[in-house]
Amino acid sequence: MGRYILGRLGGLLIAFVLVSMITFLLMHAVPGGPFDETKQPLPAAAKANILRKYGLDKPIWEQYLRYMWNAVHLDFGIPFQSPTETVTGLIARVWLPTLQLAGVVILLSYSLGLILGIIAAIYQNTWIDHFVTIMATLGFAVPSFVVAIWMILIFAVSLHWLPTGGWGAPENYIMPVFVYSLAPMAMVARYTRVNTLEVLHADYVRTARAKGLKRNTIILRHVLKNALIPMITVLGPKIPDIATGSIFIEATFRIPGLGRYFVTSTWNRDYPMIMATMLLAAFLWGITYIVTDILYTFIDPRVRLIDRRNV
Amino acid sequence: MTLPTLTNKTALPSPNRTLWQDAKRSFSKNRLAIIGLVVVGIFMVMAVFANILAPFSYYHADLAANLQFPSLAHPFGTDPIGRDELSLIIFGARTSLLVGFSVQLIAFGIGLPLGALAGMRGGWFDFVITRLLEVMTAFPGFLFAIFLMSLLGTGMLNVILAIGATSWIEVCRLTRGQFLALREREFVVAARSYGADDWRVILRHLLPHALPPLLIMLALGIPNAIFAEAGLSFLGVGINDPIPSWGKMVSDSLGYIRVYWYMGLFPTLTIALAMLSFNFVGDGLRDALDPTMYNQ
Repeated sequence: MGRYILGRLGGLLIAFVLVSMITFLLMHAVPGGPFDETKQPLPAAAKANILRKYGLDKPIWEQYLRYMWNAVHLDFGIPFQSPTETVTGLIARVWLPTLQLAGVVILLSYSLGLILGIIAAIYQNTWIDHFVTIMATLGFAVPSFVVAIWMILIFAVSLHWLPTGGWGAPENYIMPVFVYSLAPMAMVARYTRVNTLEVLHADYVRTARAKGLKRNTIILRHVLKNALIPMITVLGPKIPDIATGSIFIEATFRIPGLGRYFVTSTWNRDYPMIMATMLLAAFLWGITYIVTDILYTFIDPRVRLIDRRNV
Repeated sequence: MTLPTLTNKTALPSPNRTLWQDAKRSFSKNRLAIIGLVVVGIFMVMAVFANILAPFSYYHADLAANLQFPSLAHPFGTDPIGRDELSLIIFGARTSLLVGFSVQLIAFGIGLPLGALAGMRGGWFDFVITRLLEVMTAFPGFLFAIFLMSLLGTGMLNVILAIGATSWIEVCRLTRGQFLALREREFVVAARSYGADDWRVILRHLLPHALPPLLIMLALGIPNAIFAEAGLSFLGVGINDPIPSWGKMVSDSLGYIRVYWYMGLFPTLTIALAMLSFNFVGDGLRDALDPTMYNQ
């Protein structure tokens, strides 16, 4: 087990270094830079000073090594767009709204999706099942910013119940959370429904039924437990996506979060912010994959991480 | 000489139904898939004949008639510079479909040969490709597309490139997996024993068998690319003005939506309709072609 985790972490590290290299190279390979004077021309000496201050006058490989050296010491530099802060501080500040939103969304969508999926499977081919399928298709296929506009049109423009956007007050959560929950909820419901249907026809469920167990006991003790297993590998890796990917929601509802900030960072050529955000996303993604794989072995004893011959 | 009749195909017993005939039958019974196909067809006609169908050109801005609510002259209203929203939506179909199909061209143009070679040859080439796939998956997909757009600059071609840059990964992975699984099967070994070379084995034996899942991926890849284009344009890093894009229309509407509701409603309805119909076609294909999801 220890060796397996070590090996996976090594792989993560390699992927991590490659992501950082490719991002860094791409950023610098394209003509233009963060301090190109478009509006006010700068004297050559002043520009050279700025470039020297941020180390942009050095050759690329040296800039990269310097960046990585600092990054290893958890110093991700200073964002060009807000020089009074550190990148770490800025990310912590703008990631907070995103995380608050994502936390509520993950809790709500995963639990609701689970319940809906199980109900749909138990009452297969009834109107509940069809309703869940339609909701799942809608949530799956229709982009979140489209649903967001519909919500704004109904609840903000027509009914005046909710604000069109903004952040801070509790009522600012309602529409973003609902819209952002739809897609993950649809996915969870879809997977849960298929898995539950499969388990419902398994031999051990028939045995449990033959023993005379109550239906609710069977569903809770036998069906739910076994239907959950395959979902961990499918649904676990979606969590970092939710935690970093609410760009559309943030843009539509004017939430000052990480996704919205990433767009402005790329546009302003804010190298330190771009690098840090890409690395953060890659890191979360990698860790989640390893954690779900390990979790899988604990929950399903049939799965072994390491080939038996090596043990 | 009665022997030649044996080489005549009609003399051989023919199978009752092929996979493709089965698929066609099952697809045509799928009501949602057929509706989806019809709507997709309508969008395609809109895209091809936009010049004829649209009542106005997309660069026809009548400032005197700006921000008009839906009327007979402008069924979907006009935008802040007086362009006809219906015409923008019709021309926007051209943008969406162009991106949707071009991205698939990149995805399959890169992913198919790489995956096929990796699955077929194995060895160091497969090793390199597998590692490459691993690294590419570590890139956060949509964030990476936004990042690429900032480097390449906005515009139609760059949107296609930025979305295409990560689109080939899944195609490559699927092709490699399919070829890896198929290459040891008896019919491939038999073909090889007849002296068929790599190209013949790939084109005549492996590809036809790997085609159904690839076709499903193609069908579902188109709406994904359309969504990505609408998304990039919505965030302001996509298609350039004055070329219309549904995503851009939605983001343009945000500042006006409190009063001019139609500006938000019609483009979003169009996007939803396009996404749903393409997805219905893709799902229908999957139900029809995937023998592991055997129904009835």
